[in-house]
Order: sequence, then C-alpha cells, then structure tokens
Amino acid sequence: MTKIVTENLHLHYGENHALRGINLNILTNKITALIGPSGCGKSTYLKTLNRMNDNVPNVKISGQVLLDSEDIYGGTVDVTKLRKKVGMVFQSPNPFPMSIYDNAAYGLRIHGVKKRLLIDEIVERSLRGAAIWDEVKDRLKTPALALSGGQQQRLCIARTLAVSPEVILMDEPTSALDPISTMKIEELMSELTKQYTVVIVTHNMQQAARISDYTAFFLLGEMIEYDETNRIFAAPKNPRTENYITGRFG
Amino acid sequence: MNRAMSGITGKRKRPADALLYLVIGLFTAAVFAMTMYFAGYIFVKGCAGITFALLTTAPNPIIRTIGILPAIINTAYIILLTLVFAVPIGVGGAVYINEYANKRKLIRVIEFTTETLSGIPSIIFGVFGYVFFCVFLNLKVSLIAGALTLTIMVLPTIIRTAQEALKAVPLSYREGAAGLGASKWYMIRTILLPNASSGIITAVILSVGRIVGESAALLLVAGGSAMYLPKGSFFEQIKNSGSTLAVELYRYAYSRGENEVGFAIAALLLIIVIGLNLSVKLIGKRLKGGAK
Ligand SMILES: Nc1ncnc2c1ncn2[C@@H]1O[C@H](COP(=O)(O)OP(=O)(O)OP(=O)(O)O)[C@@H](O)[C@H]1O
Ligand SMILES: [Mg+2]
Repeated sequence: MTKIVTENLHLHYGENHALRGINLNILTNKITALIGPSGCGKSTYLKTLNRMNDNVPNVKISGQVLLDSEDIYGGTVDVTKLRKKVGMVFQSPNPFPMSIYDNAAYGLRIHGVKKRLLIDEIVERSLRGAAIWDEVKDRLKTPALALSGGQQQRLCIARTLAVSPEVILMDEPTSALDPISTMKIEELMSELTKQYTVVIVTHNMQQAARISDYTAFFLLGEMIEYDETNRIFAAPKNPRTENYITGRFG
Repeated sequence: MNRAMSGITGKRKRPADALLYLVIGLFTAAVFAMTMYFAGYIFVKGCAGITFALLTTAPNPIIRTIGILPAIINTAYIILLTLVFAVPIGVGGAVYINEYANKRKLIRVIEFTTETLSGIPSIIFGVFGYVFFCVFLNLKVSLIAGALTLTIMVLPTIIRTAQEALKAVPLSYREGAAGLGASKWYMIRTILLPNASSGIITAVILSVGRIVGESAALLLVAGGSAMYLPKGSFFEQIKNSGSTLAVELYRYAYSRGENEVGFAIAALLLIIVIGLNLSVKLIGKRLKGGAK
C-alpha cells in the first residue's frame, strides 16, 4: 500500500533549484530511508511532506504530494490537520522548556483535547510508545530540559506520537546521540512501523541498512535510485548509488 | 621570531600595563566613592525626614504641615496607567515586528524610529505631549495626558527589550511547535511569550524606573502640584492634574527651598530605583538559573 505519492516535485529556494522533479512513493507501515550527500535535498524533501517549507521566504514548490491520494498542497488543506497526520522529529532534540508532561501533552492541547483524564492516558501511552515511560514516570512534572539528549529525543518522539500521526518524518534523529541512545531509538523505530509509516533521513549507511525497508538515494536535488533496502545495498543499479554507499564520494 | 615570545607561556607584566591598571583602578575607585558619598548623603539627610505623617497625609497650608501622599498616589496612578498602555502596545509591537512583519524595510524603519525616540530629551516629549494630548485631544493637563506622554517615552525600551527576548527563543522551539501543527498565534502564546517573559518583565521594571524618575515632561503635561487626596474614583482622578514624586521633588528643591522634604523625597526615589534595579538583577539571575 502506498501512503505518500510524490509526483514531479520541484522546489526552488529563490534561485536555488533544490528539488528537481522528485518521483517517489512511500509505502504504508514501512520505514523508508533517505540517503545522500550533504546538501542534496533530503531535508528539503522531507519537509515538503508536511509543508514545513511553507514559511521559508521565496520558496516555490510545484508538482504533487499526495497523502492517501489527497493533494496536500491543495487549496482546502488545513496545515494543522496535515501536521497532525504527518508528524516530525528533528535532528537535534528540541523539547520545549516546560515539564515532561506538558511536552507530551502539547500537541493534544493544540488539537483541542481538554479532558484531563484523556490527556493523562494519552501522555502515558505515548511515553510508553517512545520507550521512555519507565525512565520518567516518577518525574513527569520536572523540566524536560533536565533529561539527557537521548531521553529528550525519545520525548520528542513521544510528543509526536501523542497526536496519533499516520506518518512520522525523522530528520537524522540520532545524529546528535551516543551509540546506546541511538540503539534505543532504532529499536523503537522498528516497533513503530506496526502502526506508523516512517520516513527517516540518515547519514549513517549502517543505520539505513539496519532499520529501513526501502531506501532512496538523493544526489544534487534528484532522486537517483529507490529500491528495497537490501537490494540497494547489495546490488545498486546506478553506479552513482554504488559510489556513494561504498564511500567513494559524499 | 624570538623564542621566548613564540611560546604561550612566559607572559611578563610590562610596566606600562601596571601603570594603566593603576590609573583605571584609581578612576573606578573615585567614581565609586563619589556615588557612595552622594547616595549616602541623600540617605542620611533624607531618611530622617521620611516620617509616617509625611507619607500618609496631604499638605495642609493652614496648620502648615507637609505630606506627600497625594504625590505618591499620583505616581502610582501614572505608573499603572502608563503600563496599561505601554505593555500591550510594546509587547504586541515586538511580536509583530519579530514574527509577522516580513518586510525588511518596515522592520528597519520601526527599529530606527524606536532607537531615535529613545535618544530624545524628555522635555521634547513634554512639549509634544502638551500640544497633542492636552490641547489637540483636549485631555487638558492631566494624569492621563502624562501617562500617554510617558507611554511614548517608554515604548522604545519595551519594544526593543521584548524584541531581544523574543529573538533569543531558539528556532528549534518554533519548529517543534509548527511540526505538531501549532498555529503561529498558538506558538506565540504557549512558547514565545512565556520564554520571553523574564526579558519583558525586565523591560517593564526599567520603564517603571523611567516613569518614577521623570520630571520635566510631566511638569508640562500632568501638572505641578499635589495638594489634595483624590476625591473620586481612579477613572475620575486621572482626568485631573497632579504631580508625581519626582515633580514634587523638583518643586520643593527649587521653588520653595523646603530642603528637608526635598531630601526625604530624594531618598524615597533613590530607594525605589535601587529596589527596581535589584529586582532586575534578581530576575536576570533566575533567568540564567532557569535556562540551564
Ligand atoms: N531554508 C532554506 N533557504 C534557502 N536554501 C535552503 C534552505 N534550506 C536548505 N536550502 C538549500 O537547499 C539545498 C538542499 O538542502 P537540504 O537541507 O535539503 O540538504 P540535506 O540533503 O538535508 O543536507 P544535510 O545532509 O547536510 O542535512 C542546499 O543547497 C541548501 O543550501
Ligand atoms: Mg538535512
């Protein structure tokens, strides 16, 4: 099943043609990894999937992004609802300077959930879902910024889970973390695919190979190759993909 | 190059350095001593004059007693009123400039204006306030005209400080909120303003200091006497003229030569201003502790 269809997607930052006709399908309940050298447009592409580029000055977007066959750049789309469906986890952990509980509840409150008991319940479920409940259950009211980087990132994942998204976008979610925290988040990701569709940007080839089902290789604003992860890594069809994953450039 | 010079150790104290330190030290000590002497002098002469009767009565020409309660009330009213005008406009303006205005030119014009305003001598605001508020808007010489004039005077500080505080809120918080679907206004309410609140409070306190200390402009637009206690409600009283503590000080010190009262008011103002500055320091400290 296809969750997101991208058709001939172009994006310009002013004069900079950052995405050059991307065609890519993201499959439901799979992890899709985006790899490619720095500046090739991975983050830019990821952000077009929940319209985080909208506020960038001078940005021009053409082509189509269909989420469940619905054009997310269509005139009647409510960006708030779109971002509830398509959540995002950022490169460096960015919990808000408030309590752990309030962080996890932030999205719920945006979307108008008021009932105390319901919020309590969802906060606990999301923190469990992000494998951080046991570490924080006794200090939910303490500041989130006092957590370690790895815990903060899992809290950010919990914050995203709380609004029950269908797709989770992750932009190098472990690049700021130590190996053990990274491992925890990787384990968590395979857990997540039971319910969610995950798109992850990573610079770490082993990570892409370990966790993802599908991999797309980007280069200079183009999507060069897309396939099942084990095929991309075992037998890439395009020599540029091969050069990149064998470390010959990038 | 000489070998001893190329290392990072072996820094020698040069005689010129020592001399410079000495001169700077002496100047610092002199300035500090003068400030302390000045403050001490006012305290010693003034505190004796701060009596309960002075603080709690109005002047009575018949039995020839002097009280500054009306001036204290006027000061409180003007502070309150000025903040009621200046804080929403100032913070709202800062939010607008920072978060909504995307025309660089407009931002630069506003920033230039606010900076210029903050450098203008207060008497010019007084003249403007008199012409515009008292005469043109027909508010007469009144507390409300004073508060409006002061609003214009403190706005630049509030806007600039609030803007700095807003700028200091990390981009990642905004992104995080946007990523969860927060509208801009929701993000401003729940993330930006709470995080900028210490900075905004600091701006407000500094503004109160400015209001308390202002005399020239207020003498023109709000009036130069504080003889009677307010008879009506707050809203009636602010239509009347009245002088604040600083204006009273000016009058007592100059026109009447009532030195005792003058020093008492001076000491009182000094205490207020020092108190305000200490609270700014405390907030700054809490901010640093909290940002950890
Ligand atoms: N907000 C922006 N405004 C203008 N140009 C941008 C913006 N964000 C990215 N770009 C440009 O778009 C191109 C693609 O950037 P992008 O961040 O998508 O790369 P990336 O593949 O994520 O790189 P990295 O691996 O370093 O994160 C780059 O040339 C970059 O300079
Ligand atoms: Mg990137």
